[in-house]
Amino acid sequence: MKISGANIKAWSRLGQRGTLFGIGLPELAAEMDNLSVLSADLAYLSGMDRFIKKYPDKFIQVGIAEQNMMCVAAGLAMEGECVVATTYASFIAVRSLEQIRQNISYPKTNVKIIGSSAGVIAAKSGVSHWATEDLAFMRALPNMTVISPADSLETLKAFDASLKINGPVYIRLSGGLDCPIVYSEDYDFKIGKINLIRSGSGIAILSTGLMVSESLKAADLLMDKGLECSVFDVHTIKPLDRENLTEIFKNYSLIVTVEEHNVIGGLGGAIAEFKATQAHSPRQIFIGFNDEFTKAGSQRYIWDLVGLTSEKIAKKIYEELGAAL
Amino acid sequence: MRQINCSKEKINELTEMARRMRLAGLDMARSTGNKGAHIGGSFSCMEILAVLYGEILQLNPNNPEDPDRDRFLPSKNHCTLAHLPALAEKGFIPHTELTEFQKDGGRLTGYPKNIEIGLEYSGGSLGMALSVALGMALVKRKHNSKARFFVLLGDGELNEGSVWESFMFASQYHLDNVVAIVDRNHLSYDGNTEDVMSVGSVKEKLEPFGWNVIDCDGHSVADLLRAFSEIKNGKPNMIVADTIKGKGVSFSENNHQWHHHALTEAQYEQAKIEILAHNSEV
Repeated sequence: MKISGANIKAWSRLGQRGTLFGIGLPELAAEMDNLSVLSADLAYLSGMDRFIKKYPDKFIQVGIAEQNMMCVAAGLAMEGECVVATTYASFIAVRSLEQIRQNISYPKTNVKIIGSSAGVIAAKSGVSHWATEDLAFMRALPNMTVISPADSLETLKAFDASLKINGPVYIRLSGGLDCPIVYSEDYDFKIGKINLIRSGSGIAILSTGLMVSESLKAADLLMDKGLECSVFDVHTIKPLDRENLTEIFKNYSLIVTVEEHNVIGGLGGAIAEFKATQAHSPRQIFIGFNDEFTKAGSQRYIWDLVGLTSEKIAKKIYEELGAAL
Repeated sequence: MRQINCSKEKINELTEMARRMRLAGLDMARSTGNKGAHIGGSFSCMEILAVLYGEILQLNPNNPEDPDRDRFLPSKNHCTLAHLPALAEKGFIPHTELTEFQKDGGRLTGYPKNIEIGLEYSGGSLGMALSVALGMALVKRKHNSKARFFVLLGDGELNEGSVWESFMFASQYHLDNVVAIVDRNHLSYDGNTEDVMSVGSVKEKLEPFGWNVIDCDGHSVADLLRAFSEIKNGKPNMIVADTIKGKGVSFSENNHQWHHHALTEAQYEQAKIEILAHNSEV
């Protein structure tokens, strides 16, 4: 894959899912004799056309049968295949959770689970198609690495890195087409490493997925009001970057976690669990779905309802800080 | 398919193997004290496992990771009082270790996977092992391996929706290196399968799914050998073994309360006498 400014723009238009399956997969498959890719009747929607055409023997259609898919994936991996299994995050994380627990997490099988359309991009399809608890479910499984990329380039790098480790990985793909760009050509991705995207002082915004770009915009808005924030991309929810977090807790007086996910069990929960064990443990504001299902509507409408737009994120931080001052 | 030995000598040998396995299973159940064990669903599949481990499965305990070995995956993993004795018969584990199957942290405790001692799959939750075997079977077919996959399912397990997903998949991909065996003992935990949630005729349900289905008497070693010899190429195969839950011990036979139950010392002695006295196939 040639990483250029033009390509980064093109991949942004394809979104995270289109970039992973349409660009990354056909490229990376070339070097992998033992690759098996499974889809539960979402192959074409996921942009796998080029991959299937090029490598029909590496593709396994399982039909609308997610439970069977995760077990077949485990069986393939137990016999030496590197397996990619994908469907909507909402179905993978919940319907086939027990299959994942018993056959992938427990025996540490080499399966890369790609949950697409996480968060609420399936906006008007309603709650059934939203995934706002998937991080909590996947994070609670032993042996599972959990990654939530911020943009299309990071998605490609995370996918590539996940194929190079032997064991279960969950990659949470957010958004649809037109994924905002966070990273440029020289981006160096490492699983389990928090990235400082924007440097400020006092307030640390720890964000993941599409909320990285939204938090950057929120930091701009706060800057206009004279408040400086640092913005971090926590692309790996598990294992957490404890070393960097310990420093962050020492250096900032307020931690804000922002995620397109329930405030229970996801990024905010993971950070809070670790922070509670530390001597330096600044106050934390949780921004995300406030343990609720909202009315359906466009993604922006829902973000606005729960406080995930840049404006609402900035407002919340400003109010909290104003109250503290 | 390799030629199956259906001789009278083999039948006698396997019948005696099943008897020894029942006695070993009984000792295992007794070793749990008042905790109890899965007697019903283990005793219903003694002959099935004796035939598998005594004749069908191509396995070598001295080369347990042979990539071309046959695999047995217990989907109804509560058949452990039959499975572990079969592995002991085959030489994978010492007979003396069987009664340690509930030891804290033991290598036989909690349905673990451990290929070195012939435990190919960690089951326990129903409706998964066949799907896993299908994934394995795809890989073996790709590598032109002669390995075959034998999966033991319970009849109550057919209530799980996920097994029907796997039935469709096996047929779609023509996985003829997979054999599902249904221990049709007509009882699940709460009672008769037809009262709890009717399973009906497995053959009539599965044939339209594209499976080759063979009915047999699951307590007749000779009939089981016949069933395994009728396995066909080109399709996934299923053997529906008609059995009696708790078979071989009068008080546990056809009694759903013995799905999981503790033995008194008197019951243990009686069961032992009945198993030793039993005279079949001869």
